[in-house]
Amino acid sequence: MAENNNAYWSANIRLVTICLVIWALCSYGFAILLRPMLSGIAVGGTDLGFWFAQQGSILVFLALIFFYAWRMNKLDKEFGVDEQ
Amino acid sequence: MDQFTLNLLVVGASFALYIGIAIWARAGSTSEFYAAGQGVNPVINGMATAADWMSAASFISMAGLIAFVGYSNSTFLMGWTGGYVLMAMLLAPYLRKFGKYTVPEFVGDRYYSTSARVVAVICLLVISVTYVIGQMTGAGVAFSRFLEVTSTQGLLIASTVVFIYAVLGGMKGITYTQVAQYIVLIVAYTIPAVFISLQLTGNPIPGLGLFSTMPSTGEPLLVTLNGLLTDLGFSEYTTGNNPWLMALFTLSLMIGTAGLPHVIIRFFTVPKVADARWSAGWALVFIALLYLTAPAVGAMARLNITTTMWPNGVEGEAVAVDELPDWFQTWSVTGLLKVEDKNGDGRIQYYNEAGPGMAELAAERGWAGNELVTFNRDILVLANPEIAQLPGWVIALIAAGGLAAALSTAAGLLLAISSAISHDLVKSVFNPNITEKGELLVARISMAFAIALATWLGINPPGFAAQVVALAFGLAAATLFPTLMMGIFSKRMNAPGATLGMVAGLVVTCAYLFTYLGVFFFPGTNMLANNADNWLFGIPPTHFGPIGALINFGVAYAVSSVTAPPPKEIQDLVESVRIPRGAGAALAK
Repeated sequence: MAENNNAYWSANIRLVTICLVIWALCSYGFAILLRPMLSGIAVGGTDLGFWFAQQGSILVFLALIFFYAWRMNKLDKEFGVDEQ
Repeated sequence: MDQFTLNLLVVGASFALYIGIAIWARAGSTSEFYAAGQGVNPVINGMATAADWMSAASFISMAGLIAFVGYSNSTFLMGWTGGYVLMAMLLAPYLRKFGKYTVPEFVGDRYYSTSARVVAVICLLVISVTYVIGQMTGAGVAFSRFLEVTSTQGLLIASTVVFIYAVLGGMKGITYTQVAQYIVLIVAYTIPAVFISLQLTGNPIPGLGLFSTMPSTGEPLLVTLNGLLTDLGFSEYTTGNNPWLMALFTLSLMIGTAGLPHVIIRFFTVPKVADARWSAGWALVFIALLYLTAPAVGAMARLNITTTMWPNGVEGEAVAVDELPDWFQTWSVTGLLKVEDKNGDGRIQYYNEAGPGMAELAAERGWAGNELVTFNRDILVLANPEIAQLPGWVIALIAAGGLAAALSTAAGLLLAISSAISHDLVKSVFNPNITEKGELLVARISMAFAIALATWLGINPPGFAAQVVALAFGLAAATLFPTLMMGIFSKRMNAPGATLGMVAGLVVTCAYLFTYLGVFFFPGTNMLANNADNWLFGIPPTHFGPIGALINFGVAYAVSSVTAPPPKEIQDLVESVRIPRGAGAALAK
């Protein structure tokens, strides 16, 4: 039981880490610090970094939360720790 | 029907609706009062969370913040949405599994310490009380502008309405009124935005219109806007300044958002852990509907204002005084908008006097300075229906929307305050033997007390309204967020570590803010002038949240590593919080 719970927790930590790397990359990365690197990609009269700052990052946040919820609810069942 | 009657009708109808809902959803037990009986559908909770979260600042001020600064203020958009990713993955599901009613209650149980719980109550009260002042004054201002009463009268009407539905319904009443308030505010925000986007770009979705080509000029909207602004001496809309400060400020807003107790407790109301995860996603869906529209509203309003001032292009003649549109006259009365024909040519030149080369251009064209002398950024959203020439009922809807945004956030904050007093102080510290009925009564009395306090502070603001947000977010980031996160993710974290970490975060953050902004923000009591030369490592006080959080984490780990680990049953508690199974059992305890 304890072993199963530990494996479940490690899987959760792994998933959270992946999601937060994408979270940071799109907001702090593409929208702010890495914006000069993306300045070559034009979007509607400006560059991709501006789009990420005002639209893209919010859409990515949305996708991340729903992906996390879907994946975790599945993991709950796989590890047999879901609510009944 | 004149505009005033229309405003009165629409706002009155929305208030009648809120009170009707409160009577239908009144709370009969402490579980209903604190957590709506933990039976709220995750989508409904998402909608209530969106209204809880989006305050008068989001509804009225944010588009203006972006419009007059451009790219650099994208930090607000990312910061106030990205915090939900942290909340969804690091806090909400585990705190729901814990299954109690308040944030300090988790801190007290997890750190097996009444002092930790009391410190958490203090942090919660400082954060929520400062935050609620802004909501009450915001509601007062919205009232006075649309319903022709004084700010104080408006504030008293607002607190009476909140009093009725918050005291009667508790979390249950607040949840369902927040759903109604969300619908009012999002409809009010979206309708003018869609029309403006259609007029300028032909695209009905504002977020897409922002990146579309304008049929009138044949170039993308942002290119036209950049061109106009640089010609008038303003900086480019799409260009920013210091990216590191932008990143730090975004981080401060994100961590602060995730640590705000009135938002966290919304996730205690759903039936299951899985629902808490979904619900965070739904909350962001409903928030994003406004946050994806706001930057478009900002850019399009900036463009509309500029072309209104320069109807013949920047090279041509400026707008004549007697050709200014009607909404200029309406808003001049409020003092939020002011023009002054300095060079007496009967036209209003709007430009940036300090811009590069503008002094020469002004001399050449006979300008005597910028003549649009006042343009309050809050006008943008409020005057949007008039700028887009929409009918009177849309203007009335904006009034109802602004009030809905302020009232829904105020109610959520007041609940967080009153439950901390009745549940965390009275029930746990002063009178543990209090009956269920007795606690419910105390909860209602503390709610009434909190409303009275908020009203009094709203009428007599301590002169720090503008800094309040910085304090609330900075403190939430420096105190509650790290403490809650360590309580879930570290089994080794113990009572002395967490308590001292919280105290350190609280004290250092307050000290940093007070040094530059004044002791308790009273003007003139600051020790150093608030400018870049004085800031420690160049960090502005508004950006201090992440530093405070780091100090909290650092102190907590250092202290806990030299003191005894938490007892076995606490380690078991952490284990159980991490696993969804048995959430129902946790509730029964």
